[in-house]
Amino acid sequence: MKAAPFSYHAPQSVEDAVGLLSTLENARVLAGGQSLMPMMNLRLAAPDHLVDINRVPGLAGLRIGAGRIEIGAMTRQADLLASDDLAAAAPIFRAALKHVGHIQTRARGTIGGSCCHLDPAAELPALCALLDAQFEAFGPNGSRAVAARDWFRGYLESALAENEILCAIGFAPWPSGHGFGFHEVARRHGDFAVAGAAALLARDETGATKRAAVVVFGVEPAPVRLAAFERAIVGRTIDEAAIEAASEAARKLDAMGDAHVGADHRRRIGGVVVARALREAAGMNGGAK
Amino acid sequence: MNRKRIVLRINGRACEAEVDVRVNLADALRHVFGLTGTHVGCEHGACGACTVIVDGRPARSCLMLAVQAEGADIETIESLGEPDRLSPLQKAFQDKHALQCGFCTPGMLMTLEAFLRENSAPTREQVREVLSGNTCRCTGYQAIVDAAMQAAHARRSAT
Repeated sequence: MKAAPFSYHAPQSVEDAVGLLSTLENARVLAGGQSLMPMMNLRLAAPDHLVDINRVPGLAGLRIGAGRIEIGAMTRQADLLASDDLAAAAPIFRAALKHVGHIQTRARGTIGGSCCHLDPAAELPALCALLDAQFEAFGPNGSRAVAARDWFRGYLESALAENEILCAIGFAPWPSGHGFGFHEVARRHGDFAVAGAAALLARDETGATKRAAVVVFGVEPAPVRLAAFERAIVGRTIDEAAIEAASEAARKLDAMGDAHVGADHRRRIGGVVVARALREAAGMNGGAK
Repeated sequence: MNRKRIVLRINGRACEAEVDVRVNLADALRHVFGLTGTHVGCEHGACGACTVIVDGRPARSCLMLAVQAEGADIETIESLGEPDRLSPLQKAFQDKHALQCGFCTPGMLMTLEAFLRENSAPTREQVREVLSGNTCRCTGYQAIVDAAMQAAHARRSAT
């Protein structure tokens, strides 16, 4: 189908964009359009006003500092995938981005759009949860930072107010040489994942865990950190028993079921991808088996 | 507010038109600019038939508004070759029988055209991954991958 009629606005600044969102009824922000446009073409979404932020300067780009990485909300997924600097500082991004849609959707799709739309199976919001990212929002009262733990409100729901836009996402990179793993199971490459998981691991010279982070996505309505496992593993090594404990935690999640994938199957796959991601992060036989 | 004049380049030529703001780029290419080689399949970004090259990158023209193409450089299937003068990629598709009904072919070709410019020596696995965003219901893809490999080889030999 075709999108229902709407008025189109192309503001030139974040202030103008927020002004439009504050005054217009039933307005939606158009970022990369790779989720909103399908919804509009299917008439699952029918905004009266579209506020296109593609021409707002300053919203796209990568700033990689020693202690902080900041990604502009309008940075295209293709640019993130192509960035060798990002791959060096946070290699989990390149591992994950290969699973984000297809070459054609990554050319337009943005990290900010993905983090505002919040499909449960989306990879980039899961990485933001994994990295304890801060979401920099701008609204009528100026800027505010939202921590990842407060950003995810539920199915397709972020903490962003209707008259705010997301400007950037920032996080502290893990120490150089940290372990990382990313795995997902989808029916076809690039499809929405049945379940996926990502893991980061920092270890001391004896192999004991100094810090671990594990996120499971596509299982519950929003990405879930395995916080109890992350705490329990500190000071211990990642062995098969530890991996089984993490898998078990994933299998206890409150999984969604749908016409294609039942909740039981999704829980089971959640356990599998957590094990694969952790094995990969720990350098145990590649994790692919 | 519901119609807007746009200026853009299509296949190297400067173009200008007034379009309804709700019209997507695929429909504008076909109905406003008369370039019907770009096919419209699913209209929600799943099938890849409408893939065109936007500023050097393959993109789904059903998921982009025509007004968003203001100032953009668009390449469509019409830029590749003519019936009696096929581009090397089109020739490879013919040689390898990489199409049957041909509906998905413009999207396949534009995806591969953009990909092969950046990747002159892809593996079969990389080609398969790139084509994951293009659905073909006739061929089973093997011949399409064969054609992509032949086209990549032809490109390397030509330079």
